Amino acid sequence: MATLHARSRDTLAPDPALSAISIRGVVKRYGDVTAVDGLDLEVPHGICLGLLGPNGAGKSTTMRLLTAQSRADKGEITVLGHSLPGASKRARAAMGVVPQQDNLDEELTARQNLEVFAHLYRVPKDDRAAAVGRALAVAQLVDRADTKTGNLSGGMRRRLLIARGLVHRPRLVLLDEPTVGLDPQVRQELWSLVAALRSEGVTTLMSTHYIEEAERLADECALMSHGKVVARGTPADLIAEHAGTHVDEHYGPPERLSEVEELAKNAGLPTRRTGPSVSVLAAERQPESLRQELGPANVRRAASLEDVFVVLTGESVE
Amino acid sequence: MTASPAVTSEPTLRWFEWAPVRGVWRREMVLYQRYWASTSFASLVEPTIYLLAFGFGFGAVIGAAYGYDYRDFVSTGVVATSVLFISAFGAMFGTFIRRTFQHTYDAVLAAPVDVHELVTAEASWLAAKAGVYGCAPMIVGMAFGLPPGPGMLLVPFIGFLTGLAFALFGIWVSAIVPTINTFDYIISGVLAPMFLVAGTFFPVDQLPSWAAGVARLNPLYHCVELVRDAVFAKLGLHDLIHVGALLLFAALMWILAVWKMTARLID
Repeated sequence: MATLHARSRDTLAPDPALSAISIRGVVKRYGDVTAVDGLDLEVPHGICLGLLGPNGAGKSTTMRLLTAQSRADKGEITVLGHSLPGASKRARAAMGVVPQQDNLDEELTARQNLEVFAHLYRVPKDDRAAAVGRALAVAQLVDRADTKTGNLSGGMRRRLLIARGLVHRPRLVLLDEPTVGLDPQVRQELWSLVAALRSEGVTTLMSTHYIEEAERLADECALMSHGKVVARGTPADLIAEHAGTHVDEHYGPPERLSEVEELAKNAGLPTRRTGPSVSVLAAERQPESLRQELGPANVRRAASLEDVFVVLTGESVE
Repeated sequence: MTASPAVTSEPTLRWFEWAPVRGVWRREMVLYQRYWASTSFASLVEPTIYLLAFGFGFGAVIGAAYGYDYRDFVSTGVVATSVLFISAFGAMFGTFIRRTFQHTYDAVLAAPVDVHELVTAEASWLAAKAGVYGCAPMIVGMAFGLPPGPGMLLVPFIGFLTGLAFALFGIWVSAIVPTINTFDYIISGVLAPMFLVAGTFFPVDQLPSWAAGVARLNPLYHCVELVRDAVFAKLGLHDLIHVGALLLFAALMWILAVWKMTARLID
């Protein structure tokens, strides 16, 4: 019987060979803090998966686990068919990593930064110059190739970071908060770059807490909270499931907002605070009686992934 | 604009690869090409000052001592000092800054590079630099009368081996100190006594017997002995003990450096 159960679980479990990334039951603790708490995540080949979650949800730890720079206390991780941490070197050779933190070598020029990593990523000698040239072109830094990195703008540096992760033409790219702290114009440029990756079939795992970024770029999103995935699906499906199609925003004094929250909650509808208003999600599902009690909404708008994000990961930041 | 499609086949990767060493050396060569003038200036001026101060200062009083002209004795001894400073200081400050402030190693270890390769790469560059610039005092000494000899050709290799060991020592230290200011304790409490009690400026035999015994455990002493034996054509089987001591020290430091850097970089 036990064997049957085990077989049945194995049959149901996703096959790591079919996934670019397979994370099963992974736990990572730092002292008393559990950063990743029984995480299960499968990333199929060729998609862009947005890993969404508030600060402290465990996104960056997950990224470090995938490069074996963090070692899981429990669970199994497979990247491109290589089991971690034992075969992590082979996994790292086939993937590119764009870190959240700018750790470019400031003393080197853009070209020299790429040349160093072309060595580290084992780009063959005969291909190295072409690989560096291609990466500079991807980052639109051909004209600034011989500029010291310390003299590049924030956007150029971020593009160079991405180019550094692509210099060896990886099959999988990990993007850890690729546009954090950047101007909207620069974010648009980087989005184009990520979109190009996706269109060319490179599997991309992108952690972000910018909802718009995930909505625009990701084929699927996984919402992380407290170290585990709490929801997974396409942005449209997640919105439909957790926030409905429409949201009613009700404005008023604090007492009125509390009253709206209470009434919606009693009717089984999720709400979230949106500044000076309360948003009632899935407003199309509200019964007529509730509609009468709440009165007309001040604003009716389409539900968004941000609504899902807040509802599933909590209103307050820890 | 297009991004790069995934096309590469996976390379075979061994436990130790030279690619990380080449990558680190590439970076260091670029920096060296930029800063070679200041690096060379410091490497030549420091031993010149030592020679002028100790060689001509004390040398004028002492003249010939310990079987050598004192200037020649100092110029060969200072080779070890130069090697120590280039390798240990470079490793301590360089690796601490790259690990803690610049986070360079986080980027390197996200590539197919393991900590033992990174440590070896960093140490080997510093060892090469120490091997080359460690010869500066000897060359300055030649300008002041040190007789040239074929054994001098071995000095860069002695400098490389000693530099490798002390670079690994520096990397290990950089991984165990909590802040960069803690290096003051290491410099004053470990490195200064080490270079003074290594037979650099006077033979360790001059020390009380217990102190002479301790001095012979000093890895730098073995470097000094090897350099003098090479320069003054006194190499013999006894030098294998010095080589062995340096190899043992380098191996121990490699293990400690890799262990502690792994603890710092992999959580």
